[in-house]
Amino acid sequence: MSERKFKYVGTRPIRHDGVDKVTGRANFGADFDAPGMLHGALLRSPHAHARILSVDTRAAEAVAGVKAVLTGQELPKLQSMWMGGAEGGIDFRDIAENCLARDKVLYHGHAVAAVAATTPEIALQAARMIEVEYEELTPVLDLEAAVASDAPILHDDLQPIGATDPLPEGPTNIAGRVEFSRGDVDAGFAEADVVVEREFRTQMVHQGYIEPHACVARIGEDDQVVVWCTTQGGFAVKNYSAMVLQMDPAKIKVISSEIGGGFGGKTTIYLEPVAIALARKARRPVKMVMSREEVFRATGPTSGTIVRAELGAKRDGTLVAGRLSMFYEAGAYRGSPAGPGAMCAFGSYKIPNFYIEAHDVVVNKPKVAAYRAPGAPMSTFATESLVDELARELGLDPIEMRLHNAVDEGDQAPYGPVYGPIGLRETLEAARSHPHYKAPLGQNQGRGIACGFWFNAGMSSSANVSLHADGSAVVATGNPDIGGSRAAQAQMVSEELGIPVERVRPVVADTDSVGYTDMTGGSRVCFATGMAVIQASRDVVDQLRARAAQIWGVELDSVAWEDGRALPANGAEGDHEPLPIEELAQQMGRTGGPIVGKASLTAPMAGPGFATHLCDLEVDPETGASRVVRYTAIQDAGKAVHPGYVEGQYQGGSAQGIGWALNEEYIFDERGEMENPGFLDYRMPVASDLPMIDTVIVEVPNPLHPYGVRGVGETPIVPPLAAVANAMRGATGVRFTVLPMSPPRVLEAIDA
Amino acid sequence: MPKTHVETTINGEPQEFLCEPSESLLAALRDGLGLTGTKEGCTTGDCGACSVMLDGRLVPSCMVLAPEAIGRSIETIEGVAQGDSLHPLQQKFLEHAALQCGVCTPGFIVAAKALLERNPDPSEEETRYWLAGNLCRCTGYDKIIRAVLDAAAEMREATA
Ligand code: FES
Ligand code: FES
Repeated sequence: MSERKFKYVGTRPIRHDGVDKVTGRANFGADFDAPGMLHGALLRSPHAHARILSVDTRAAEAVAGVKAVLTGQELPKLQSMWMGGAEGGIDFRDIAENCLARDKVLYHGHAVAAVAATTPEIALQAARMIEVEYEELTPVLDLEAAVASDAPILHDDLQPIGATDPLPEGPTNIAGRVEFSRGDVDAGFAEADVVVEREFRTQMVHQGYIEPHACVARIGEDDQVVVWCTTQGGFAVKNYSAMVLQMDPAKIKVISSEIGGGFGGKTTIYLEPVAIALARKARRPVKMVMSREEVFRATGPTSGTIVRAELGAKRDGTLVAGRLSMFYEAGAYRGSPAGPGAMCAFGSYKIPNFYIEAHDVVVNKPKVAAYRAPGAPMSTFATESLVDELARELGLDPIEMRLHNAVDEGDQAPYGPVYGPIGLRETLEAARSHPHYKAPLGQNQGRGIACGFWFNAGMSSSANVSLHADGSAVVATGNPDIGGSRAAQAQMVSEELGIPVERVRPVVADTDSVGYTDMTGGSRVCFATGMAVIQASRDVVDQLRARAAQIWGVELDSVAWEDGRALPANGAEGDHEPLPIEELAQQMGRTGGPIVGKASLTAPMAGPGFATHLCDLEVDPETGASRVVRYTAIQDAGKAVHPGYVEGQYQGGSAQGIGWALNEEYIFDERGEMENPGFLDYRMPVASDLPMIDTVIVEVPNPLHPYGVRGVGETPIVPPLAAVANAMRGATGVRFTVLPMSPPRVLEAIDA
Repeated sequence: MPKTHVETTINGEPQEFLCEPSESLLAALRDGLGLTGTKEGCTTGDCGACSVMLDGRLVPSCMVLAPEAIGRSIETIEGVAQGDSLHPLQQKFLEHAALQCGVCTPGFIVAAKALLERNPDPSEEETRYWLAGNLCRCTGYDKIIRAVLDAAAEMREATA
């Protein structure tokens, strides 16, 4: 694989959807209208925890312009059924009741009822006229309160899942628990020369995609449903909506719009079943668009966490034992990323003895959704902070300390499997030799380093590649393009067919037009869907060779394919003039019909992705304000198909992690109402907060992919929390264990 | 409530429309006129996705009332390219891979164009502060800033 010379893979073509996006022509979720369309609005709960006693919709129904009103009671009542998954699981009953509450509201902003009307204003006004009688209950607003023995219970019927031995008696807010262990932890700690122990805390943070959720649902005369929406997975919207509404998924077609960011937050559904149900009642299309405030209050952020961590090392820096006890907020329904957080926590190091337990805890806050490398940044914040502390106590260089313990091919991951070829060591070495690591630090500046790991997902994908009569090609897949995946897929087709990238048209197909494809997420598109694209392209090449063989009257084996042309194989040159793809395409009709290549596959595993980040932070001792003055993200991509978009993933994930470390957090009042549901008070990094973010792409090919590709999207958000905290330690002498390190917190700590 | 009749100029062309007196310019552009290139990220003036030029001044259109457009001139993202030929900023955004999801891109291009009109040779820092009203969650801003500086250099060369 390493010898393969690429012609198109590894170049930086202009993305095919680019011109539409820089001119404003591209249609995002809220940009679509259907003729005769109504507008939907939701009534949301003013309480974080309450029983719904009654819902009276009469006043709303009487408003002129209102065409339909819907309550949670009108949706089918589902049985709880938990389906586990690599990045957390799902329970369709929970998804349904999160779309519209049935008996209880479980967070402030929980949707209770919906209205469709002729204008958005009328819909909203009517929704507010729906009278709901509540019995207020005490809200459970933090992890300690949730696990207390006398805690108010969110779900009376909640059955804990996983390693829960012994089972708690009676109802509980602990929805699940996982354990991982290796060796003898007590013996390991007894062997250690130095042990550090701390408790780390993070708050809920939001993915912060700029485009709010939006959809339009239309019911055709034949009861066929069409949904236009912004999503990371059209098939997920189709299947989840069908489950929630208890209808045949074949009756729903989903057309995904351009998507204005997701980062995991658009892997589930909120509006779509409601819009479909309203459209059915009103017999007209219904559009629903969330406000920014609704996005903050009622879509999935990621968990607030508590991680109690302990790590021991020998005097030479060898890690000998680790212990983690983790608690992750799931929000209103089970399904926090505690599991993957636990799986990733010690993923970077050879640690002979460890014990990890992780709890999934329900609280009266919005139900969390996936956010880039779900669960890993928080557990890694703890472990990478402790590695830094150990290096300090032992007087070791933090990179040498990490290199000394870094996992290699053949080592076992904490969650079981043995690593294949991986690039952690290469990223650390690249960090050590990077000019950033040697640059002098100014006054009040500190340097932090941290590593990070994410498994990367495989899952199912399909692709079709069809040839036009002029020899150009169309590649259709089912993955919404969130950050340049169309360009990367076109490059793969180019590589196989031997035609320029501009001659390949990549399209995102609707759910009726392409085979089943799992979501854009888990860093799987370039890897798994890419594999399907390559296979489908090879299918096209085989058909082209067969056509050439037919024209020449030779065996298929006597035809080779190179640079977009059929050639006689085995050096039999001269017998036949090469047949270029244009000529073969032109003759398709006469030589056997149109050429369409297809592939569908399930990639069981992907290649683990490792990164090392370097951060220089400057702290103003007067105000506590801090600023990242230099940042370098180094990561193993396996093979970068479009290096520009790979760098973009590194930079974007770093920026999100920096925001998480320094400023971002959900702030709730004592009743459980989020106090900062807008961009002014939920402060994400802006251009003037950041420096250029330098990147280094390391390429240790992934043997599971024909080009060596690994996913790259998730890993970049894993190291920054600790990298920034370690830099803060350097700048201030204070070890911060609570995020965000906002100016008041920093000031208080350095004045202490 | 009677609707307000608005006569205005959008991207150099006369336009008229009816709107609620309280309607935002953003809503009028998107819903009334079908100019959906201007994006909505917040409606509170905090994300810059809705940036347009109003009489040569950069404004978040969600914070402007549609009737304020009467007798004035508006430029939106749809007016930035000249026919088929892209503005240098648009070209550089493509070349630098300065968009990932692309939903912030129209706002950034309109805002950056306003910057280059008043300062053809901005420093990196000036560019970062000027664009601090535009949120991008995907890129970490690096490639956006490079694209703007590169476009500025190219435009200076073209006029030199
Ligand atoms: S929509 Fe106008 S600034 Fe965000
Ligand atoms: S490219 Fe997605 S928000 Fe900027």
